[in-house]
Amino acid sequence: MTELFLVFLVFGLLGIVMLFMNKLLGPRSTNPTKETPFECGSPYLQEEITPVPIKFSLVAFIFLLFDIEVVFFFPWALVFKEMGLTALIVMFAYIFIIVIGFIYAWKKGAFVWD
Amino acid sequence: MTETLYETLIIFIKIVCALVWLLACTLYLTWLERKESALIQDRVGANRASIFGIRIIGLFQPFADAIKMIFKEDFVPSFSRKFLHTMAPFISFFFVAITITAIPFGDTLRIGNRTIHLQILDFNVGLLFILAMLSLGIYGIIISGWASNNKYALIGGMRGAAQVISYEVALGLSLIGLIMVYPSLRLSSIVLYQGELLFGFLPKWGIFLQPLGFVVFLLAALAETKRAPFDLPEGESEIIGFFTEYSGLKWGLFMMVDFMEVIIVSTLLTTLFFGGWQVPWLASDGFHFPWGGELLLSHVVVVLLQVAAFNIKVFFFCWLQILIRWTYPRFRYDQLMDFGWKLLVPLSLVNIIGTGIIMTL
Repeated sequence: MTELFLVFLVFGLLGIVMLFMNKLLGPRSTNPTKETPFECGSPYLQEEITPVPIKFSLVAFIFLLFDIEVVFFFPWALVFKEMGLTALIVMFAYIFIIVIGFIYAWKKGAFVWD
Repeated sequence: MTETLYETLIIFIKIVCALVWLLACTLYLTWLERKESALIQDRVGANRASIFGIRIIGLFQPFADAIKMIFKEDFVPSFSRKFLHTMAPFISFFFVAITITAIPFGDTLRIGNRTIHLQILDFNVGLLFILAMLSLGIYGIIISGWASNNKYALIGGMRGAAQVISYEVALGLSLIGLIMVYPSLRLSSIVLYQGELLFGFLPKWGIFLQPLGFVVFLLAALAETKRAPFDLPEGESEIIGFFTEYSGLKWGLFMMVDFMEVIIVSTLLTTLFFGGWQVPWLASDGFHFPWGGELLLSHVVVVLLQVAAFNIKVFFFCWLQILIRWTYPRFRYDQLMDFGWKLLVPLSLVNIIGTGIIMTL
C-alpha cells in the first residue's frame, strides 16, 4: 500500500507543479482579441457552445456493453488451462451470445457513418 | 523501524528513477520524432540548439523546447470553465504517467542481503490496472473539450473519446488470448512465463504464441495513442482538436501525454509479447545455449543485460511507431470506425476461439 500512496503522491505533485509553473514564471498580458474563442480566423459567431447532434452516443452504449463483456472474459481466461474442455464449451456459448448482439448492432447500422 | 524506513527509501528511489526515465524518454522521443521525420522527408531537422556553441546533431533541442514552454504565459480564456480547464491536462498526464510504475524493468537486484524488485507496483492485477488507468485518461480529452467552451474543441474532444473507446474493446479482447496462454494478470509472472523455451530452443515469447493477438493489440494501441494514421482527435494541420484553447505548459502536458503513450504502449508490447526483460537463453547465472555450451556471468552483469534488453526492445517499438506515424496518411472517420469495430473486434474474437481450440487439443 505504501508503494501506491507514494506513487500517487510523487506523480500528483509533479503534475500540479507543472500545471502552475506558467503562472509563476510566465508573462501576463491580455487584449480583447485574445479572449475570443477560436473561430478559424474570422470573428466568432456565438460565444456559447450550442447543442450538436451526437452520433457518438450509440458508440458509447455499445462500448459499455462490449467492455463489460470483455471484463467477464478475464477471469475465465485465467482458469482456462485448469478447466480444459468445460471452459471451451462455456466459452463457445458465451461468444455465441456476444456475436448475436454484435451482428444485431451491425445490421441496425450502429457502425455506419455518413 | 529502520527497516521500514529503508524500504520506503528504496521505493522512493525506484519511483524517482522510473519518473526520470519516463521524462527523459519523452523529451528525447520529441527529438527522435523530428530527426526521423526529417530523414524520411529528406530534410536536416532540428540542429540549431547549442550550449556554448556545441551542437551535437541538435541533442539539446528538447531542453530548449521545454524551457520555452515553461516561460510561456498561463492563459486561461475568460469564456472557459476555469476549474475544469485547469484540471484536464492534469488528469490526462497523471493517469497515463502512473502506468509506468506497474511495468517490470528487470528481475531482482541483490545488494548485500537485500533483494530489490525492479518494478514499483507488483500488483496481482497489474494488467487490469494499466488498462483501467489508460481508460481514465479519456476523461482528460473529453473534459478539455467541454471546458474550453468552444464548439470546435468540444467536437474534437467527442471525436477523440469516441475513437479511444471504440478501440478499447479490441484492445481488451486481444489480450484475452495472451492471458489464456500465460494464466496470470501479474506482469512480472507473465514475463517469467516467457522465459521458458518452446521446442527446446525458441524463447516462449508472446509473439510466437499469439501472433494474431499481437497484430490486433498493436493496431488498437496505435489508435489509443491518437497519432497518425489515427490522429483524428487532434489533426494538427487541418481539423481543430480538443486542446485548441490551451497554451504554454498545459498544452505541453497534452503533447507530452502523446509521447508518453507511445512509450507506455512500447513497454506494454515489450512486456506482453516480446519477453519483457528476458534475454534469450539467459538464466540468472549466465547463458545456457540450446546447442550446448554455457557462458557464466556474475549477478550484476546479468541484471544489467536484462535492463538493457528491456530498453532496447522499448526503443525499437518507439522507433517503429514513429516510422508508422510518418509513413501512412490519416484515416477518414468512417474508415476509422469500420476498422475498429468491423475488423479488429471480430479478429480478436477469432483469436480467442482459435487459441481455445488449439490449447484444448
